[in-house]
Order: sequence, then structure tokens, then C-alpha cells
Amino acid sequence: MRADRGGNVFLSVLLAVAILVPVLNVLVPESSAFHLSSYTVTLLGKYLCYALLAIAVDLVWGYCGILSLGHAAFFALGGYAMGMYLMRQIGTRGVYGDPVLPDFMVFLNWKELPWFWQGFDNFGYAMLMVMLVPGLLALVFGWLAFRSRVTGVYLSIITQALTYALMLAFFRNDMGFGGNNGFTDFKELLGFDLKAPATRAVLFICTAIALGGSYLLCRFMVNSRAGRVVAAVRDAESRARFIGYKVESYKLWVFVFSAVLAGIAGALYVPQVGIINPSEFSPVNSIEVVIWVAIGGRGTLYGAVAGAILVNYAKTYFTAALPSFWLYALGALFVLVTLFLPRGVVGVLGRWRRTVPA
Amino acid sequence: MNMRSVMQKLSGRSRSARGPRSGPLLDTHSPEAGPDASRGVMLYLEDISVSFDGFRALNALTLYVETGELRCIIGPNGAGKTTMMDVITGKTRPDTGSAWFGQNIDLLSLTEPEIAQAGIGRKFQKPTVFEQHTVFENLELAMAGDKSVWKWLTAKLTPPQREQIDEVLTTIGLTGQRLTLAGTLSHGQKQWLEIGMLLMQNPQLLLVDEPVAGMTPQEIERTAALLTSLAGRHSVVVVEHDMAFVRALSGSAGRVTVLHEGSVLAEGSIDEVQVNPRVVEVYLGA
Repeated sequence: MRADRGGNVFLSVLLAVAILVPVLNVLVPESSAFHLSSYTVTLLGKYLCYALLAIAVDLVWGYCGILSLGHAAFFALGGYAMGMYLMRQIGTRGVYGDPVLPDFMVFLNWKELPWFWQGFDNFGYAMLMVMLVPGLLALVFGWLAFRSRVTGVYLSIITQALTYALMLAFFRNDMGFGGNNGFTDFKELLGFDLKAPATRAVLFICTAIALGGSYLLCRFMVNSRAGRVVAAVRDAESRARFIGYKVESYKLWVFVFSAVLAGIAGALYVPQVGIINPSEFSPVNSIEVVIWVAIGGRGTLYGAVAGAILVNYAKTYFTAALPSFWLYALGALFVLVTLFLPRGVVGVLGRWRRTVPA
Repeated sequence: MNMRSVMQKLSGRSRSARGPRSGPLLDTHSPEAGPDASRGVMLYLEDISVSFDGFRALNALTLYVETGELRCIIGPNGAGKTTMMDVITGKTRPDTGSAWFGQNIDLLSLTEPEIAQAGIGRKFQKPTVFEQHTVFENLELAMAGDKSVWKWLTAKLTPPQREQIDEVLTTIGLTGQRLTLAGTLSHGQKQWLEIGMLLMQNPQLLLVDEPVAGMTPQEIERTAALLTSLAGRHSVVVVEHDMAFVRALSGSAGRVTVLHEGSVLAEGSIDEVQVNPRVVEVYLGA
């Protein structure tokens, strides 16, 4: 198999970060210069969630050629499923102190829990939903779209419409997902206080494990024979069909798997940032993910990770230092990368390295 | 349109427009079983007519291709060469006539993928290989067999499959390029790779459309050698304009068919057809 040097570098760095960050946060005393604040840990954890989302997008876009501009929807659905569990965990500690109903339902004068909230007090069930809900949506959506042979820009547009429609739906109070406030004020996860540095450190480690595991799984898939078929579909879809591959089922399978990964990323994101609301469905979010992947370099998986972390670090920096400048910077970055670095940042690094014969 | 055919259309009985089925009615529903060419004929085209908006692309075309034969088909533009290929591969349905693959497979009752599955491979003029895959992977992708997602996630190449790929690599002369990305191959090499991809599907009949267009003289020579080497194991039908190439391909014994206005004008060795006065008049003499 082709050596995945970039991927091995990424995995080593990830392992180091997964060990160092919690150690520097929990074990090193606050007075030390090496201490990492809990704020930084949470911020890094957020980046890793974004990186996982970027891997999901790279899998469908970079390997299968499906430019999904709606992946934030799967991310948000996974986040909402996790949010529902966390809301149920609040119990009597809410403002209204109702043992079953979350605050917003009491506020709306609801008398009992809607059917789709049943079972979310069980962690295992909630985690199943984290994967099942985005996966099922992707299955139905993809089955309809791919079977009708909707491709290219048309597919991108309907994925935008999908996430926009979900955003409008989740904004409605009577949907039962907290309307425009969404879910917040979470207390604990599996009995552990979400505000405690140790819980945050463990969440960070879990995110790193999920990212590394997903990376390995995706790498296994794109290197399998099925992965080579998927790349063939990307490059010459009708030719692949002519050879005898059921192009639609390959696309559907990649799309669903990618949606599940995005859902997991969302579920890890919510307890770390402490809030989920309908703005996560915003069409702009999905487009931003595509920009991360393009900047990092698509079709490599680790390029997506690099892009997600680089762009989000820049975002954190610029939105604090020069708030009005950020969106222009992002736009300019995207244009420049598309024009001059078609293979992204990792493509440039790869070119430097190529002077040494592989 | 007369009343009878209108009534037939209304009652859904227009199938008879295809004409009565000729040939023995053996197991016509199992293309997977492959063609039965025990009588030495691989392809029967009988009385095939196709019109597009009143233009007769094929006019009662009758043609037989023998097992293991290398047949060249020449003819001026608009003679119906491509339409004939389209009929054989199921892309175009004829108005009348019958097309049989061996004695048991009725091509007119099968869809395009079924025909490909049954063992007819077609190489189009413009090479389309998977440019981001290596030569080896291109052949692997083209391999015949079950192509479901779950199987292929964990599937590994078996030693016989590897051997088959190596064998095809040798046949098409790209053994040295097995790990080269197909997108970086020369035009001629891409054409050979595509022929190799057809071979991976074990076709009984190969249809090759103008294989040497845009090739250098050396590439043309190698292509002729490649196609000649395929004859015997496969039936090969080559559509070509280039007379020098046809001569190189068919030698003095091979049969050449000249098409004109949708039907066969002459058939015989290249020397025979070149002196045929009608051929000279419509094609060569021009």
C-alpha cells in the first residue's frame, strides 16, 4: 500500500497532544508557566471536533467527489442528540426544578415529555441516536438524490437546502428542541460535573481517541478495494458504472458513514462548548467546513485535519484581535488556496518533500 | 402509419416489429452462462435496420463474425459503423432484424450492462481510464465478478486474480508501468490500458472503435500486434478508417467488411475488396 507518511505524523502528534494537554492542565499546578488553562483545553477539544467533521467532509468530497454543503446538519443532529441526554441529566437542578421536563418545556407549559424525548435519559440509547439519526437522514436523503442521479452543483445546492430547512425547523418552539435558545446549562455527563477540569480533560482525551480512531477507519476504507472504486466513481462516474459497479450504493455508503462521523463530532462538541442551538445548522457553517478541507488539502484525510485546526486557530486569533477582518480573511484565504494551492497546505508540504525520491 | 400497426401499438403488441425470432430457443435468460458458439459463429446480425428521423443508418445489415476471428470493418463516414456497434452493445434498438451472441443469447432482449456481463466488451474511441489510479489498479477495478460494497471493503486480490492482472499487463505491454498513474500515460498507452481493462472482463467478443486515431507510427504498429495477438482467444471486431492499419491488421487472409449506406457492400480479404469496383467507386476511389 502507499505509505501514509502525513497520516503517521498526524497520528503521532495527536497521541502526544492527547497525553500532554490533560497532563499540563490537571497535573501541572496553576502557578507553573507550563500550566494549560481549562479554557485552552476546551478550545483545543473544540478544534479536534471540527477536525473530525472535516475528515467526514473530506471522505465524501475528497474521495467520492460529492461536494456536500450540508454536513453541519449531521454535526448539529449528533449534537442535539447529545444535548437531549444532557438536558435529561439536569433533573431537578433546573430553574423550575421539574424532575422530568427540561426548563423550556415547563416554560411552554407542556405537561409531559414528547415521545421522541423518551429514552434519552439512558446514555447508551442517546449515543445510539447520535449515530442513528444523522445516519438515517443521510440514508434517506442520499438514496433519493443518488438514485435520481443528482450530482455536482445541484447536489450541493440541495444539501444547502437540507441544512437550511432543518435550521428553520429547529428554530420553532413547538418542535420540542428548545427553539432558538436550543439547549444549555448542562450539569453533568454520566454523573461527572461538566465544569470540573478532570471531566474536561477526559472529554478531550475521548475526542482525540474518536478522531484518531475515525482517521484509522477512514484510512482503512479508502485503501480497500471499495475505496479505490469510490475514487474511480469520483474521477469517471459513468465509466465506473459501465464496468459494472453500482455507483449509487457506493456513494450512499460513503455518504451515510460520513454523516455518522459528523454526528459523533457534534456529540463530542456539545458537552465541551456547553450549548447547542439551531445556528449550528446555518448553511454558512457547512460551507466553512468545505473551506477548511480545501485549505488543508482534500483527498488526504490528514489535510482536512490540518485545515480545520489552522483555520479555526486563525479564526480564534482574528476574531479577538481584528473582529471585522475575519470574514474577509477567510474569503481571501479560500480564493488564494483555490487559485494557487489546488492541493492545499499539505500539497505544498508534499511537494517540498518530493525532492527526496519516495 | 397504417391502421394495423396503430392497433398493435395500442394493444401493446408492437414487439412483433422486431420480427420473428430466428435461431434455436435455448436458455435465452442466462447471459451469465456465456455465449454458445459451438457452431463456430460468435455474432449473428441478420436483417438489421435502424432509422433516425427517416434517415436509414442501417439498412438490412447482415453480418456474421466467427469465433476467434479478427474482423476489420471499414466504410466512409455515415456508413453505419458506429450504429452497428451501438446495436450490438444495446445502446440502440433496431427497428427490425435480429442480433444473437452465439446461438443462445438474444442481444435485443438484454440491457447494456447485461450485454457487457454476457461477454461483449466495447472500446470507445476516446480513452477513458481512471487517471488518479495506477495501471495495476485500473485493471483491478475492471476485473469481472461480484462488485458489491461490503464484499469489496475487505476483499483482497487472490493469487489467480493477481496472475490474471499480470497476464493482461504482459499482453498490453505495460508491465513496466504497473505502478504508474494512468493519467501520466501517453495517448497510445492509455488506449492499450483500456483494451486491457476490457480483457479483465473476459469478453468473448471485443468491439474496438478506431483504435489508432492520434497514434504515432510506432504505437500503431504495436497496437496492430496487440490486436492480432488477441484474435484466436477472442473474437475481435475493429472499426477503422486507416487503410494501412487495416492491411497490417488483417494480413492477406483476414476478412474485411466494407459498409456503405447501412449495409454490407463487399466482404473478403483486403486485396479482394481493394479491387472490387463498387468499393473503389464509393470509398477508395474518391
